[in-house]
Amino acid sequence: MLYFIEQCLNGVQLGMLLFLLAAGLTLVFGIMDLVNLAHGSLYMLGAYFAATFAAVTGSFVAGLALAVAASLLMGMVLELVAIRRLYGRGHLDHVLGTFGLILFFNELVRLVWGPAGLTLPLPREMLTAVQIIPGVHYPIYRLVIILATLGVAALLYLVVMRSRLGMLIRAGASNREMVGALGINIKLLYTLVFGLGAALAGFAGVMQAPILTVQIGMGENILILAFVVIIIGGIGSIRGAFVAALIVGLIDTLGRAFLPDLLRVALSTNAAQTLGPALSAMSIYVLMAAILVFRPEGLFPAASR
Amino acid sequence: MTGQIDPPLDSPLVAASRFRLTAGMALPVLLVAALALIPVYAAVTSDTFAITLFTRVLILAIGAVSLNLIMGYGGMVSFGHAAYLGIGGYAVGVLAKEGIGSGFVQWPLAIAASALFALGVGALSLRTRGVYFIMITLAFAQMIYYVAIGLDRYGGDDGLTIYKRSTFGSLIDLNNKTLFYYLCFGLLLASIYFIARLTNSRFGLAIRGARSNDRRMRAIGFPTFRYRLVCFVIAGALCGLAGVLLANHTNFVSPALMHWTRSGDLIVMVVLGGLGSLFGPLIGAVTFLLLEEGLSRVTQYPDLILGPLLLLVAIYVNGGIEGLIEGRRLG
Repeated sequence: MLYFIEQCLNGVQLGMLLFLLAAGLTLVFGIMDLVNLAHGSLYMLGAYFAATFAAVTGSFVAGLALAVAASLLMGMVLELVAIRRLYGRGHLDHVLGTFGLILFFNELVRLVWGPAGLTLPLPREMLTAVQIIPGVHYPIYRLVIILATLGVAALLYLVVMRSRLGMLIRAGASNREMVGALGINIKLLYTLVFGLGAALAGFAGVMQAPILTVQIGMGENILILAFVVIIIGGIGSIRGAFVAALIVGLIDTLGRAFLPDLLRVALSTNAAQTLGPALSAMSIYVLMAAILVFRPEGLFPAASR
Repeated sequence: MTGQIDPPLDSPLVAASRFRLTAGMALPVLLVAALALIPVYAAVTSDTFAITLFTRVLILAIGAVSLNLIMGYGGMVSFGHAAYLGIGGYAVGVLAKEGIGSGFVQWPLAIAASALFALGVGALSLRTRGVYFIMITLAFAQMIYYVAIGLDRYGGDDGLTIYKRSTFGSLIDLNNKTLFYYLCFGLLLASIYFIARLTNSRFGLAIRGARSNDRRMRAIGFPTFRYRLVCFVIAGALCGLAGVLLANHTNFVSPALMHWTRSGDLIVMVVLGGLGSLFGPLIGAVTFLLLEEGLSRVTQYPDLILGPLLLLVAIYVNGGIEGLIEGRRLG
């Protein structure tokens, strides 16, 4: 039972990270109609920036802040140089162009930081575990991730739903020509939105960096999970992304933790050992397939954005 | 119902369905002739690496040809096509490990398995459109990738070595490099011919009609979902064949075979060569793989050049290499 609670918290933590990635993707898709495969590269760059800046400044928090700022800047430069030329083109062109960007960024990281991974050490006070309910100890840093990502999600909600910038973003999503005609600098708005998405991805990368190794290609597997989140949640819907991210995070984590044991009850130990890892890796894709059968547009289609 | 549709005169449908002898035809003809002479070149210069490299080119070209069927003619952008390479390859590897070495069993089973997976993926993903379709095919391919990693008995992450290539009795010996090269060459030409016949048939016209205007096709009575699904399954089966060849070529299968970047590579080949053109996938495969090979010889960081190059192609080139030569623009 205690193990179950711990795994649930891990699931929530993965879900929140997925939400940060999915939110950026879905914003960019909903507003610019752009499929951005290179979103995972921004996540990876965020982690590399954090590892570098933290080593230089000697402070985790300073590393975090600088890395998020650098990701924001990186995203805006990327939009100005390359992404902006892909607007209004077919999705296939987006796929091809951003696939090229992934190759470029992976190789760039190999050139700059070398093929070996980096680590981002945590401050000492983050290394302990706290007792959250009697008998359950949980690493404090994982709690920090959950709270910080929740905070960012709330902030994102406020920006999109309550601020002038958010109003423009939502207006741009529903009718970009009209927003442009009303005298809003739509190009600048797009650059800002892309930068915002990049900063969210970078932040997710920084938060995850101390738990995993910072390495080339780290953004790609989680990017595909973020795609699954968007498909389940409905493309263009931030609320859908939030709900779907939690579902996917929980099912993936709990599936990996408990499915092999459950199988052992039903099947022989040998068969369970063979099938367990394969089946638990499949669980979220099966969920996605099931949801597609009933709701091809996802749980929260973009109309209810 | 005759299946005849009446497209506007300037549509690519008309342009593509009439076989014309143009300047653009010269490149495919020269390319095929050059490919036919590779073993001769290799024998003269005793450069056996050329055969190895170009066998790989031919096999991946078959994969690209199959992707072009759904992507170029059918308008279905599948980002999970490498999954079929993997399924075809793993079918050979798994059967070989279990002691079934006959190609007469291995090959049909491998192709059937690929077709079956394509049927499942297609039935689910063809319910959706556009960017959903791209992401869903990607996600299902990723699923198969993780399943392969989970197969501990068959090597898991490390992959599976195939100690014996498929045997066909005394019919053909796949261990003979030159023979295997010409087998791949023949299968590639056969699949291009097959696609040419298919896309100009009533079935092919329905598929291309569904790409241009699905709603209109349904309104005149075509159950386009079924047509597209059959098309998707054919492409999966053909790519499964490419997987079978690839496994026999490298004597090895691993999850890396169906990593999503392999799917990306296939898309790049098709787009590079020219979407919806008959020889485009072959031109694209040759260009892309030779470029990759060439760049990795000159520099330690080939993707630093390749990546931006793809971006430039996406931004500036419409209709791929064949399109550049013919001055043709695809809509």
